[in-house]
Amino acid sequence: MKLRTTLMGAAGVLAMATAAMAERGSDGNVNILYWQAVSIMNPYLSGGTKDIEAASLVIEPLARFDAGGVLVPFLAEDIPTVQNGGVSEDLTTITWKLKPGLVWSDGTAVTSADVVFTWQYCTAEGGGCAQGAKFTGVTNVEAVDELTVRVTFDGPTPYPYGPFVGGQSPVIQAAQFADCLGPRAPECTQANTYPIGTGPFTVTNFVPDDVVTLAANPNYRDPAKPAFATVTFKGGGDALAAGRAVLETGEFDYAWNLQLAPDVIEGMAAAGKGTVVAAFGTNVERIEMNLTNPSPDLPEGERATVKHPHPILTDARVREALSIAINRDIIDEVGYGPAGQPTCNLVPAPALYASDNTACLTQDLDRANALLDEAGWVRGADGIREKDGMRLSLLYQTSTNAVRQDVQALVKADWEAIGVETELRNVSAGVFFGGDPASPDTFQRFYADVQMYTNNFEGNDPQAYLAAYACDKIPSPESGWQGENINRICDPVYEAMIAELAAAREPEVRGEIAKRMNDWLTKDNNIIVPLIYRGRVSAHANTLGGVQLNSFDSELWNIADWYRID
Amino acid sequence: MLTFVFRRLLLSIPTLLVIGLVVFLLLDLAPGDPLANQPLSIPPEVREQMRAALGLDKPVYVQFFLWLYQFFVVEPLVLIDRTFGTAFAADQVRILSWQFRSPVMDVIWQRMPQTLWVVGMAYLVGVLIAIPIGIISAVRQYSIFDQIGTLISMIGFSVPTFFTGVLLIVIFSVNLGWLPSIYDTQLVVNDWASFWQQVRQMIMPVAVLALFNASQISRYMRASMLDNLTQDYVRTARAKGVRENAVVMRHVLRNSLIPVVTVIALGVPTIFGGAIITEQVFKVNGIGQLLISAIQNNDIPMVQTLTFIFAVLIVLFNLIADVLYGLLDPRIRYD
Amino acid sequence: MTDATAPRAVAAAAPPATRARGPWRDVWDQFRTHKGALIAGLFLVAITLFAALGPWLWQIDPNALNVRNKDVRPIYTALWDAGAKVSWSHPLGTDQLGRDLLANLIQGGRISLAVGWAAMALSVVLGTLIGVLAGYFKRLDGPLMRFTDLMLALPLLPLLLVMMLLFRDSLRAAFGPETGIFILIVVVIAVTSWMHMARIVRGDVLALKEREFVLAARSIGTPPRRIITRHILPNVLSPIMVSATLGLASAIITESALSFLGLGFPSDFPTWGKLLFDAVDRMADFPERVIWPGLCISLTVLAVNYIGDGLRDALDPRIRGR
Repeated sequence: MKLRTTLMGAAGVLAMATAAMAERGSDGNVNILYWQAVSIMNPYLSGGTKDIEAASLVIEPLARFDAGGVLVPFLAEDIPTVQNGGVSEDLTTITWKLKPGLVWSDGTAVTSADVVFTWQYCTAEGGGCAQGAKFTGVTNVEAVDELTVRVTFDGPTPYPYGPFVGGQSPVIQAAQFADCLGPRAPECTQANTYPIGTGPFTVTNFVPDDVVTLAANPNYRDPAKPAFATVTFKGGGDALAAGRAVLETGEFDYAWNLQLAPDVIEGMAAAGKGTVVAAFGTNVERIEMNLTNPSPDLPEGERATVKHPHPILTDARVREALSIAINRDIIDEVGYGPAGQPTCNLVPAPALYASDNTACLTQDLDRANALLDEAGWVRGADGIREKDGMRLSLLYQTSTNAVRQDVQALVKADWEAIGVETELRNVSAGVFFGGDPASPDTFQRFYADVQMYTNNFEGNDPQAYLAAYACDKIPSPESGWQGENINRICDPVYEAMIAELAAAREPEVRGEIAKRMNDWLTKDNNIIVPLIYRGRVSAHANTLGGVQLNSFDSELWNIADWYRID
Repeated sequence: MLTFVFRRLLLSIPTLLVIGLVVFLLLDLAPGDPLANQPLSIPPEVREQMRAALGLDKPVYVQFFLWLYQFFVVEPLVLIDRTFGTAFAADQVRILSWQFRSPVMDVIWQRMPQTLWVVGMAYLVGVLIAIPIGIISAVRQYSIFDQIGTLISMIGFSVPTFFTGVLLIVIFSVNLGWLPSIYDTQLVVNDWASFWQQVRQMIMPVAVLALFNASQISRYMRASMLDNLTQDYVRTARAKGVRENAVVMRHVLRNSLIPVVTVIALGVPTIFGGAIITEQVFKVNGIGQLLISAIQNNDIPMVQTLTFIFAVLIVLFNLIADVLYGLLDPRIRYD
Repeated sequence: MTDATAPRAVAAAAPPATRARGPWRDVWDQFRTHKGALIAGLFLVAITLFAALGPWLWQIDPNALNVRNKDVRPIYTALWDAGAKVSWSHPLGTDQLGRDLLANLIQGGRISLAVGWAAMALSVVLGTLIGVLAGYFKRLDGPLMRFTDLMLALPLLPLLLVMMLLFRDSLRAAFGPETGIFILIVVVIAVTSWMHMARIVRGDVLALKEREFVLAARSIGTPPRRIITRHILPNVLSPIMVSATLGLASAIITESALSFLGLGFPSDFPTWGKLLFDAVDRMADFPERVIWPGLCISLTVLAVNYIGDGLRDALDPRIRGR
């Protein structure tokens, strides 16, 4: 009550007209349900989406991406560019200016020293910073004055918006984390769970992997926000239960990431208590072709390595046939609905980088059959194609997930129609996506002919994402099966394009090169067979206003603007 | 008996150490990675650094001895510090979870209330229902009561909790709107209103689990009673003119309890282990949910600690069962 | 125990026998009088035949997709809802991908019953063996029970993952993908579920071996093997029966949990447990998809339970002929 009256005074007569609507803490409590519970409030120690998004209520970066993928300043006054002088002509430095008068939730001033400290914190030896990639190529971060920070790169960097941009790399308070550098980082439990921030809320109670309660930050820079006084951030259960709690029982106001079949979501939404919202970022569900031979007959150490090219899938005609035989519309209808759209692109957004490639969208069984005939695969007695005594039989693996298993069944049926035998396998997600070099079931090892999963890139620049398909990034026994070039692509044509993109400066030129790379991987060679451009789907109660679902940054990026509709 | 208990307690120390070691090796051997849940956009070299920060680059035996030291030296010291305000463990590193980066013991402690309330209560209710049902079913074998009891307990056992739990939610939360579908672990019970709220949120998970427990225990109770009801000593007692009630309650029941005691003793440690599926369905977030999420995230310190505490309880309750056998049937001797 | 007291009532009902009546004949005669057990036995035979012969009678491929014909309701829905999408070609309806539910129940029954029986049998053998040995032989009690404690304490999921990791590929190579995974799943379920049975059996044996008839047998020099098979085992039969019944149910359910975790059969192998699990999401709109597999599991378990009851009565000479 005391807080409210002082705020009323502060807001003054000016805001009287809207004061009733936009008064800090006037709308009570908002209940958020994440079916993966929050473990920690520090994105530098956990890259998990749930942790990054929970932390985004409390700590903020210099700039965020809005729902359209456009950079908007948060702690910074504006976005530095070459035009406004913020980015140097030679593209080696970027200079950020903080908004004047910013304070942490404990009342102390935010200065450039905090930004510099954030860089030191993430790059300290032995800290195991999850966002280390944000700072690759950064040679120095220095405080020019109280409010100005200059980031220096080791070479021309056409896209300098990595450090301190987006939910993954917020600015943390130097005073709070001063003793938590390097190996001591995980030991600072208090700082990692009750961070002092600049965001609209502060943590009042943190129970790991269960519930976080937050209260409006009394020192938030906009005196009228946030409208909610408290947030209950509950975790646990599964996507179905989360959807039900918002859409059917109305116990919660916001449910995150409803990875459910469209008919299930529709059924729940019919109860009329909430709204399902979707937003598209850069997630693409794809089938990846293995260019190396994963046969168990090969000795361990040579299996699925470049020593042995794949006996079937190195033929581009077979790959194309497999791609165009798939009916993407049905996959979308059964598995994704409003949360997806069929795509042929690896880079589906932003518009600057998205190719107009739509060749694969119509299923074409005749052409697929013709291609296989042409490649010398003829149908045997049981309808399965054969060539030189070898059956056209593929092992198709993915992670365990109800929708993925449905898609597997659909693709299997499509491939059987063109005489391709398919054996299905699903691997528990923790094993499949875990990089354990000792496990034969990781997606990096790729002990299967084709596999399916989703990948994306952060922010709005695909350079690093497209550069992953380089020869030196092939996972192999020598590299401990680490590496991002899952398909084992090694082609001088593509290598040249990687170098070209890294050197290009003009956005239009970069877009053109990226589109060529995308087309090379998908349309021209079908090494990556995109299926569905996936969106994020969340649900909010009909009484919750201001939600703008964002797929490029934290979903809760604008929680300061949320309000209650009576 | 006392020497037996003492000997067994001594013997359980090496047993537990072996169990601890086996569990640790098992976890080490299991495929999976603490970074599995991190987004794919994190590049391999950063992942390597994150693994090193977790201590994963050290050899297994170093990791195991570190855990042993932390579990048996640091954690008790922390407990002493907390109780007496001392500072023995001030600069010692506690067992830190790889998921939360916070001390494992604190998290387990936070999970205890809801686990005991829901899982423990369900077990108690299950036992309290099962024993009378088992007795009546056996005494009146093939009566209507027995038939219905059999039907319900077989359905209760054969229909999995992931189904019964969701069914209850659909009926009582979605359609009728009577009960909450999400358990509030932070609820403070300080008046009638909050007590009523606690009761309401406990009804469904407790009912689901109690049905499952009661089904199992009542079957053993019934079978064991049936075995004993036809024994000669029962006929003798009846012939002596002992009242039927006394025959059943004093003679038969006592002799029938051995398998039931075993089942209950095996069940009590599982209360601590939580109920993975039920906790997930009702978002109770107790120990079961903690264990499964730790396993899925390959959070070895957490899994190891939970499993070890679980092992201690198993060994302890099996010992208690053995002692109870001796009390129930004095002919059983261990020396 | 061995001299069967031939009950008069049953003897009269039995056809005139020329050969000497064996004890098993008495068991069968007693079993026949137990109506529940008899019905249950018939049901079990019927459901086994349904699963075994079903694919010949109902020739739809359980994996055949027909997305245009998805979400067909069971034929009986038409009784109260004339507008329902029903079709005689799918009497129990289809799922969200247009797979026929009846064909899936048949195919699922084959796998679930096979896994359930095999895993249950294996775990009963293991549990009984270890329980009897530990209860009867004092020297073995300590080591075997500490081993049981160890097995009880091991976290199930990592154990399964490790077993899959170690044995999946070699079994797949030796027996092919289907049989290989079948053997693995049966062994995995059995190896992780015998401990309760062992502890229960041991507890009973500890009490039994001090009973007068065992002491008597021992005092006349009967070797332990004979004491165990003749005197101990028949008397621990009823907890074994209960465990076996419950074990069958949990084996069928555990199998579904395994496929949920990505450790079980490939997703194109339907099982009752998996059908039930997959249908929970759409329970309110399509109750038939949970009711039918749920009924199959429950009724099978119920039938086994009644047969267990009947067998127990029939094998108990004190009840026989009452």
